[in-house]
Amino acid sequence: MILTLLRRDLATLLPGARGGGSVLPLLFFLAVAMLYPFAVGPDAQLLARTGGGVIWVAALLAAILPLEKLVTGDLEAGVFDQLHLRGVAEEISMAVRLLAHWLAFAPLLLLATLPAAALLGLSAETTRTVLLGLLAGTPGLAAVGLAVAALTAALRGGSALAGLMVIPLAVPILIFGAGALARPDPGALLLTGAISLGLCAFAPFAAGAAIRAAREA
Amino acid sequence: MQARLVAKDIACRRGERLLFRRLSLALDSGQAMQITGTNGIGKSSLLRILAGLMRPFAGEVEREGAIGLVDERLALDSNLPLGRALAFWHDLDSCADPVPTLELLQLAPLMDVPVRYLSTGQKKRAALARLINRKCPIWLLDEPLNGLDTQAQAAFEAVIADHCEAGGIALVASHQAIALPAPQVIELAEYAA
Repeated sequence: MILTLLRRDLATLLPGARGGGSVLPLLFFLAVAMLYPFAVGPDAQLLARTGGGVIWVAALLAAILPLEKLVTGDLEAGVFDQLHLRGVAEEISMAVRLLAHWLAFAPLLLLATLPAAALLGLSAETTRTVLLGLLAGTPGLAAVGLAVAALTAALRGGSALAGLMVIPLAVPILIFGAGALARPDPGALLLTGAISLGLCAFAPFAAGAAIRAAREA
Repeated sequence: MQARLVAKDIACRRGERLLFRRLSLALDSGQAMQITGTNGIGKSSLLRILAGLMRPFAGEVEREGAIGLVDERLALDSNLPLGRALAFWHDLDSCADPVPTLELLQLAPLMDVPVRYLSTGQKKRAALARLINRKCPIWLLDEPLNGLDTQAQAAFEAVIADHCEAGGIALVASHQAIALPAPQVIELAEYAA
């Protein structure tokens, strides 16, 4: 049952899927890395020092883009109602969707980090820290995104609100994830991972409750 | 099939408005019921309460047996061809052979058409096919004949009769006339607050 759900979620969320996800968040991510040197000038040292942080900000913003379609469509179409009647708890369908959402945007984002790092002239070591940080942080970003998308799914203009709400909630991930760049210290990366795990554990319950609440509204 | 659906003294509130109150009903295996009433009187809300998707404002509902609901929300992916959209639900419902139902409702030629291109009646038929293929005992149907042509209406009325014959329960909310086997009728206006 979980496999069936995951297959459907991946089919609708993965870039290139029919009528599903798009590569737009990735292009957006790469565009930021491309524009930043134009904006601050060709100072290689400055770029190398600040580039890691820029990649983090771009990743966070790119994670917001797919939120619009994450929950709203299925809520309006009554998919969660039909799943509920088949004994699939909202928490389960949301946990599956969290996994699918992460799979649909994070691996490609990590891949796109390599050309982005090259564009910004990051050193191999910095690139590695950014990659590890994103690996640890993106599950948390996905979790925050899912919970917020579910909370705002029933609201008119919810997707714009979702973008705004994700930003403050993602700040802890950003602080520790990008903070690992300032001090070569594995502690920050571990903390990022811990925050991510906590958020992933909590998000399906928050999102599930939000979907049930939307039914009564 | 063994099934039972009982509601005791339920009331429904939407926003500040009490839609109906003190409504009780009991359906056993093989029985059918029609809920009638004007638009907005609370037929759909009653079905959602009976399905367990909404909590009643007062009273309680007991169910024995799985619930199948067909309402105006299709829950079919509008970008996918109908065949693939239905395949997801058939997988979930572990339906081995969906084809006879699809042929009965004349859906077989539409399997490659994206759901968003289907007409109202065709979408309704798809939702009904999913319900039939799920083989669950309690059917809650919200305006099931909306958009269906006369041929499909007759076919589906026959399916309901078979379903009740086999021990299933059918509860239909509709303002239209629908042929049900020995139906009880509840006029929702009698329970309006």
